[in-house]
Amino acid sequence: MLPVKRLALTAVAAFSLIQPMAAQASGEVNLYSARKEKLIKPLLDRFTHETGITVNLVTGKADALLKRLKSEGRNSPADVLITTDAGRLHRAKAAGVTQAFDSAKLKKVVPEAYRDQGDHWYGLSLRARPIMYVKGRVNPAELSSYEGLADAKWKGRICIRSSSNIYNQSLIASMVAADGIEKVEAWAKALVGNFARPPKGGDRDQIKGAVAGQCDVAVANTYYLAGMLTGKDAKQKAIAEKMVVFWPNQDGRGAHVNVSGAALTSASKNKANGIKLIEFLASKKSQHWYAEKNGEFPVRHDVAESATLHGWGKFKADTLNLSKLGELNPDAVKLMDRAGWK
Amino acid sequence: MPPSAKLATVTSGLNGWSISTSSIAVLLALPVLVVTGYLFIPAGEVWTHLVDTVLKDYVENSLLLMLGVAIGTLILGVGTAWLASMCQFPGRNIFEWALLLPLAMPAYIIAYTYTGVLDFSGPIQTFIRELTGLGYREYWFPEVRSLEGAAIMLTLVLYPYVYLLTRATFLNQSLCVMDVSRTLGNGPWRTFFTVALPLARPAIVAGLSLALMETLADYGTVQYFGVNTFTTGIFRTWYGLDSAPAAAQLSAVLLLFVFTLILLERHSRKRNRYHQTSQRHQDLRRINLQGWAKWGALLFCGGAVLLGFLLPAGQLAVWAFTVAEDPFEGPFLELIVNTLMLGGVASLLALLLALFLGYGQRLNRKSRLIGFMVRLAGMGYAVPGTVIAVGVIIPFAWLDNTVDSWMRDQFDLSTGLLLSGTLVALVFAYMVRFLAVSLQTVETGLGRIKPSLDEAARSLGYGSGAILGQVHLPILKGSLLTALLLVFVDVLKELPATLILRPFNFNTLAVRAYELASDERLADAAPASLAIVAVGIIPVVLLSLSITKSRHSKS
Repeated sequence: MLPVKRLALTAVAAFSLIQPMAAQASGEVNLYSARKEKLIKPLLDRFTHETGITVNLVTGKADALLKRLKSEGRNSPADVLITTDAGRLHRAKAAGVTQAFDSAKLKKVVPEAYRDQGDHWYGLSLRARPIMYVKGRVNPAELSSYEGLADAKWKGRICIRSSSNIYNQSLIASMVAADGIEKVEAWAKALVGNFARPPKGGDRDQIKGAVAGQCDVAVANTYYLAGMLTGKDAKQKAIAEKMVVFWPNQDGRGAHVNVSGAALTSASKNKANGIKLIEFLASKKSQHWYAEKNGEFPVRHDVAESATLHGWGKFKADTLNLSKLGELNPDAVKLMDRAGWK
Repeated sequence: MPPSAKLATVTSGLNGWSISTSSIAVLLALPVLVVTGYLFIPAGEVWTHLVDTVLKDYVENSLLLMLGVAIGTLILGVGTAWLASMCQFPGRNIFEWALLLPLAMPAYIIAYTYTGVLDFSGPIQTFIRELTGLGYREYWFPEVRSLEGAAIMLTLVLYPYVYLLTRATFLNQSLCVMDVSRTLGNGPWRTFFTVALPLARPAIVAGLSLALMETLADYGTVQYFGVNTFTTGIFRTWYGLDSAPAAAQLSAVLLLFVFTLILLERHSRKRNRYHQTSQRHQDLRRINLQGWAKWGALLFCGGAVLLGFLLPAGQLAVWAFTVAEDPFEGPFLELIVNTLMLGGVASLLALLLALFLGYGQRLNRKSRLIGFMVRLAGMGYAVPGTVIAVGVIIPFAWLDNTVDSWMRDQFDLSTGLLLSGTLVALVFAYMVRFLAVSLQTVETGLGRIKPSLDEAARSLGYGSGAILGQVHLPILKGSLLTALLLVFVDVLKELPATLILRPFNFNTLAVRAYELASDERLADAAPASLAIVAVGIIPVVLLSLSITKSRHSKS
């Protein structure tokens, strides 16, 4: 054996001791997840229980995981990427870190609007961002669409969080897709003028602010309201019960929705297991668990939403192809900057 | 030793030191340099957009926040340090260590707890409204989620940096100086302002610059409070506007702030050399406070501990035991073990590096290069963890992939990722981020050792190692422990870098707390937050006891 080669092999052997748990064995799948541990681990455990395939997990912020995937390149240990925003899934595809894969099962159950046209990613749950109002303080006839919130009658009556928040960025991106930049910018200026207070806090804080009397309507994702309703905190529950969900834009394009979804990485070494995992997450049982545990809407039409969500009534969702949200994100952020939305 | 031989040893030492200290410093500065490297990619239109719209806000808010935290930590930190070390009043023994407790409280956690209580929808304001029947905007109440609020939150958890470093100096100040001042007829106030304070200045400034760097790097608090600073701007530009170059240019402006801070700190130390005139210590004769002064001192120190620790910890406990779902379920013990392990390894390593760099500088006082490199290596402290993490990912992955490509070409064998995604990468990131902490502390300690002592030891034939072991270490003990503790506690609380760089199936308490808190489940995040605080308390108390003891044993 050449001395160089022997040296190199020794080095490899030595380094493999400190290597991450890179799973090459057939019984594993490595997952980068922007879904927090608490909201995915139970499902993964069930997957392992049913299939015998071990799932290795790293959770983190979507953008950071994406950066990690990009830098690791073809050597990345990750097989599957799960993130909570269609914009991010689009970015992952654009960065070349995902690959197309064919799954008849997934195509059958995930509606077309909620999956990539090139088969790079599939939506797993739907998150809606409607308008919410305080019972008794707002006549629902006053409400109509997101666009309508710019009306002068809402002056000092709106609570919404900062423009740094991705949910708002995606909402604005969806409006840009529908109305064009100029119109949405004028709207955003008027909306900022209607704010009850400078944007701060999270979605739950907007709901709390409304019920406490700072404003009359709040824009927030439904699963926060669901979380408040089903949580152990009696005070939060009492607050949430005073809120009513209003589905906007029902005469037009529908309420703004986003997905959480999964993609197979281009570096995947456990491709078959990766696909199995994604299919498992789209299965009826998993979809049901999502809906119950996290107050999100199932992507499958044949799975009923939880009782809490059901109580908010049927709604029409925007059918905009969600890749658009990613493409228009920078435009949305700049527009909000110009409108003075902090 | 003939003069020529002496010269030879000095120059050879010089070369060895400069090469090794410089290479370590360059390595540690690498992530910051990588990110700054983006500066050379034109950001064009995005940068213009930032200048036109939000840059002014970022600059103003960051400066105001630093000003607020500077004033706050100086008053609280120096005030409590003076009272707890030089004065006698009820509870002083307890305050000596209890004043350090807020150090274990992550800034964003304290921000969440205060918001929960003081916000418009919180219990206090609800009570006021129920009592008076007033509504929104009809009465005045301070807004927690504001710039002022953020400054107060950060002050409450950052003042211990100033307290810790300053107190060590007060305790070590030769009593002779104070006694001379007192016998000259100066009262306690005058002695404080004209003698003790100037003597402690380097330590105060070191503590202050740590607090300010941490302020610049804070993301959680300002983000939650809706205060737009450089940190929030960098994130927004990087991810929202999808422009790494513009984000890097913002980072570069931030680094300018940091460099100014560091220069100020250097300047404050360089102008005067603060060495004790005598190494002889005497028993502390504390000023016995009487009357209102006694109760004032109690109130001042008690207030700091109450607001910075007891109230928020109490709120966390209430949340953990009443509203959190399955508070201590799952692998809680594993989280604690992981956290302790990381903190232990990182703080030890940071201490060794700081000692090495500190000595490199001390032995080569004239070398501007070493001085500059060491400053550069310490800049990571003020850079947001996410930026550091990206700066770590890029070179590590590049190295791994290059080795892998070469091996594939030569031997048709893939080595995969050797360092990326391992704890090595994570600990390296901690070094980049926290070296400044141990460096400041070690340097402050070294600054108090007269160079004449080295010269004396050297003339007796001691080598550098012997001087370190037999002369310096005993004197430095307090500073070394302080450095160890500060990094340990910082690692306990660290979030963004841990989140991004950790290996598969590896979590820490901070990650657990953050994931739940960022999902707006504050109550569910409480048990992990409380555990961070609890794990941090033990070393804090031990350290404090040891500082006090080292003072007593010397007298």
